[in-house]
Amino acid sequence: MTRKMDNTTRYERLRERYMNGDIDRRGFLGLIGAAGLAYGVQTPFAKYANAQTVAQVRFDGWGGVVSEALRENAFDPFQAETGIDVVDGTFGGGDEYLSRVKASQEGEYNIAHLSGVFDYARYHNLGLSTVLNEDNIPNLQYVIPKLVDVFRKVTDGKLSCVPYDYGTTGLAYNRKYISDEEMQEKGAKILIDEAHKGKIAGWSDWRTRLWYAALQTGQDPNNIEDVEAAWEAVRAHRDLSLKYWGSGAELMSLLAEEEIHVTEGWSGRIYALQEQGHDIGYMDPPNGFGWQECMFVIKGSPMEACEELLNFMLAPETSIAVAEGQNYPPALDPQKVDLGDKIPTLPAFDPTGKLDGLTFADPAYWNGNEQEWSKTFGRVQKGY
Amino acid sequence: MSVEAREARQPWILLSPALTAVALLLFVPLLFIVVYSFWLRTATGADEVGFFLDNWQEALTDAFYRDILLNTLKIAAITTLACAVMGYPAAYFIARSKGNKAILLLLLMLPFWISYIIRTMSWINILGVSGAFNTAMMALGIIDEPIQMLYNEVTVILGLVHFLLPFMVLNVFVSLDGIDTNLEDAANSLGATRWQAFTNVTLPLSLPGLAAGGLLCFVLGAGTYITPLVLGGPTDAMFANLVFEAIITQLNWPLGSALSLMLLVVLGALVLIYNRYLGMAQLMKGLG
Repeated sequence: MTRKMDNTTRYERLRERYMNGDIDRRGFLGLIGAAGLAYGVQTPFAKYANAQTVAQVRFDGWGGVVSEALRENAFDPFQAETGIDVVDGTFGGGDEYLSRVKASQEGEYNIAHLSGVFDYARYHNLGLSTVLNEDNIPNLQYVIPKLVDVFRKVTDGKLSCVPYDYGTTGLAYNRKYISDEEMQEKGAKILIDEAHKGKIAGWSDWRTRLWYAALQTGQDPNNIEDVEAAWEAVRAHRDLSLKYWGSGAELMSLLAEEEIHVTEGWSGRIYALQEQGHDIGYMDPPNGFGWQECMFVIKGSPMEACEELLNFMLAPETSIAVAEGQNYPPALDPQKVDLGDKIPTLPAFDPTGKLDGLTFADPAYWNGNEQEWSKTFGRVQKGY
Repeated sequence: MSVEAREARQPWILLSPALTAVALLLFVPLLFIVVYSFWLRTATGADEVGFFLDNWQEALTDAFYRDILLNTLKIAAITTLACAVMGYPAAYFIARSKGNKAILLLLLMLPFWISYIIRTMSWINILGVSGAFNTAMMALGIIDEPIQMLYNEVTVILGLVHFLLPFMVLNVFVSLDGIDTNLEDAANSLGATRWQAFTNVTLPLSLPGLAAGGLLCFVLGAGTYITPLVLGGPTDAMFANLVFEAIITQLNWPLGSALSLMLLVVLGALVLIYNRYLGMAQLMKGLG
């Protein structure tokens, strides 16, 4: 059997020969110098030569139970199988992450766990998308077609991501203080109910605030006609709220510590709280905020290594294990893959694989209003 | 080269690494921010390179930014005052203690070993509905229902005082430690009471330290964004939060740059006023 010799072994052998007196000092230093020169000369071009021997891929996601599930069920096994190190970082929101990517060097960030097609479109519009070679991702065949198609529409039939999971931002409430009946009766309007003043919270995300404001004012979230009425609802919610939360961890803490009684929340995080034994109810109101998450490959990334990782992550056994860990249904089509026992019990799960019951944000509509509405929310949030 | 010329060059040679670092890590990035503030953010989030005064016009004329800036200065002023009131007696106690001064100073520095964010978040476990205070009060039967104490302007100021108090104590301590205690004895021997000796001798001599601590607390307090984010309610934002939102949430780096420069100019003016009347030497002693 032949073993490939690495540079460290080469240096150690050379040093051993020198120490044994097999090579004189001038020769030893000459060889070291020649090696240094060769390395220096080839380094500027090394990135081209090393294109197919990537040692590391960077992944950024939402942190908490989501990151833990990915680390345990996808990244560690992938690393063991391929030798490619997956370095994972976290972010609190898509806006914050986009800002970091914008400030980075090309290739610094590789794969991002993006939420919503609107984020996918934003990244594409900023020139950050890539074109995946789908032949390298055969497990894409198991994904719900509807989830793939919406991304294709944005990027001219090509893909810069693979869909990975979906969920909802529904209403989470503490059953000790709010009954299921009260929730059914009030729906999204419970977030602007004076009776719960000081015990209400909400995500500091302008899209979510306006989406729920649309529901509270009886409007279609993807076509808000009376925008001023919606802003008034955002203001009403602000005045009754204890706090805007900024991360999944903060959401869970506020509910678990009973600082608040009701908020909108991410389905998987609320399920995690329920698993921990907290009596927290969860309800998707009519036209509740549905979203699909994807694994987006950012421009300048090592494509083959990223595609290999995406294919590994989409393998049914990996995808199901991750989904069970993070409590969001996987993008796998239940008509093609047996998803086991736990996933059908997760909030927002659709056994038909058609996802007709979920309302997703229209990327063109929301991105078209992003500049104005995000700025306005910044002011409304602070009492204006 | 003459000896004089060599001696004149020597300080610059020794200073050159520090000057290079300051130039590269402070002035060059600052220059980038100045340039950015004249660009424009387009609808897609990309920046349009050019010379536009729109961001500056908005930052300087919009009442929204002015109001938040004034509120930020108000919070920083209250925090500074609270730090001075609480920090002076502590610094006096340390400066006048015999034998255990080093241990007391070490205790003062201990909080710096823990992350600022963790220290800020610790108040949630103390003042929260299920926190230590409410749990203890309910266990003692003093209250029946937990009191809602978090997420308002008071808790923001509390978090800032917690963060900034050591800076005040250190500065006042340095000032008090340099005062000859014989001066107080002399005042006493001339018939002054201990209180009169303190107010007429010690306090005036320690004012430079108090001012240096005040300046540090004010500048650091006015520039913070973590504390209102963690301990503030929906409307408890400070000016740095606006910069964060412009850059991170709205991806509007040009406006964010203009806003950050605006804050820098306001706080820089304060530092210049301080330097004009009191000089930076006392501040350096405190920081050292």
